[in-house]
Amino acid sequence: MAENQPVDDAGQANFDAVIAKDSRIEPKDWMPADYRHALVRQMSQHAHSEIIGMQPEANWITRAPSLKRKAILMAKVQDEAGHGLYLYSATETLGTTRDEMTEALLAGKARYSSIFNYPTVSWADMGAIGWMVDGAAITNQVPLCRASYGPYARAMVRICKEESFHQRQGFEILLELSHGTPGQKAMAQDAVNRWYAPSLMMFGPPDADSPNTSKSMAWNIKRFGNDELRSRFVGMLAEQVKVLELELPDPDIRFNEDTKSWDYGPLDWAEFKEVLAGRGPCNAQRMERRRAAHDDGAWVREAAAAYAAKQSASNDREAA
Amino acid sequence: MGTGEVWPLWEVFVRSNRGLSHVHAGSLHAPDSAMALRNARDLYTRRNEGVSIWVVPSDAIAASDPDSKGSFFESPQGKDYRHATYYVKSEGVKHL
Repeated sequence: MAENQPVDDAGQANFDAVIAKDSRIEPKDWMPADYRHALVRQMSQHAHSEIIGMQPEANWITRAPSLKRKAILMAKVQDEAGHGLYLYSATETLGTTRDEMTEALLAGKARYSSIFNYPTVSWADMGAIGWMVDGAAITNQVPLCRASYGPYARAMVRICKEESFHQRQGFEILLELSHGTPGQKAMAQDAVNRWYAPSLMMFGPPDADSPNTSKSMAWNIKRFGNDELRSRFVGMLAEQVKVLELELPDPDIRFNEDTKSWDYGPLDWAEFKEVLAGRGPCNAQRMERRRAAHDDGAWVREAAAAYAAKQSASNDREAA
Repeated sequence: MGTGEVWPLWEVFVRSNRGLSHVHAGSLHAPDSAMALRNARDLYTRRNEGVSIWVVPSDAIAASDPDSKGSFFESPQGKDYRHATYYVKSEGVKHL
């Protein structure tokens, strides 16, 4: 529908006025085709990330160290599914169907956050993911609660409320490990070492190499550049890691008095591009798992639809 | 059922507490109303957000045209007399 959109001067004027006022665009408003495309891309990627993001953590549900931790982890993974669904339905308001998005993911045409292509090799990874990966996500997502597209912003408000539990439970896992036996502390430090750089790269490439950032900012979808958010996040980690009595694997972290922001060491953007291109440690495994889950669930979807059709037919007969 | 979609779309309204209205929470796909209610419970009330849920097929909702803002909604221009604050002569009179 967006492809053949006619030129609409009044629509464009209304859109520009809404953006200039920092108000919200709603589903039935006229919007430029580029704006719609940018939103569908960003929101569906975000939804896919939540869905694929269930896998690295689901990996530890059966091996959580206590019933309490198992219950917490299950609640968290259930939240990720919920976040995916909020975002899919928000994206559907732009005229893209759920099936189109599912197809794009399964066919490998749609992207999801590169962070979920890293393996979760120890229990401490559940802590590092909560603290750093969800922490980065929150830093990124809080400004999105003011995104110019109403359904997206509303979904983000709900998601951000739930994410704060995720981050705190992760921090607590690391805190307990780092104050445990030397072996546990080493396990926590190892997880922090592995997740630090990938979580910083979650903010996306440096602004100079991020083709979508400036447009997204002009449309009030994004409110801050990738580098600013990343620097802000490093500042939070630098303080919080002291409470954990662990170390960040980056000797270059310091507050820069001139720029009033946090400096950090160089990141391996070649690795980022490799993972994004599908050549990360777990890309194949994640996609295979998602396709299998989709295929294995096909009979459930079909049976429920058949049952609903039968019920509605018999209701029609009774009414007749 | 929508084009090619296995399950139709439903809009979900949640009443957060007795005495309050149901408020739109979001939407979801489900094969029928019973499943839509169950899915809505799992999706939108994981943290005690509701005491009652309504689900409505999305295509059953009629919406006003956003382009006809000016002509569809009556202009409030010059109609301040519809608000209590328009009447200032009674300022200082108690219980009014």
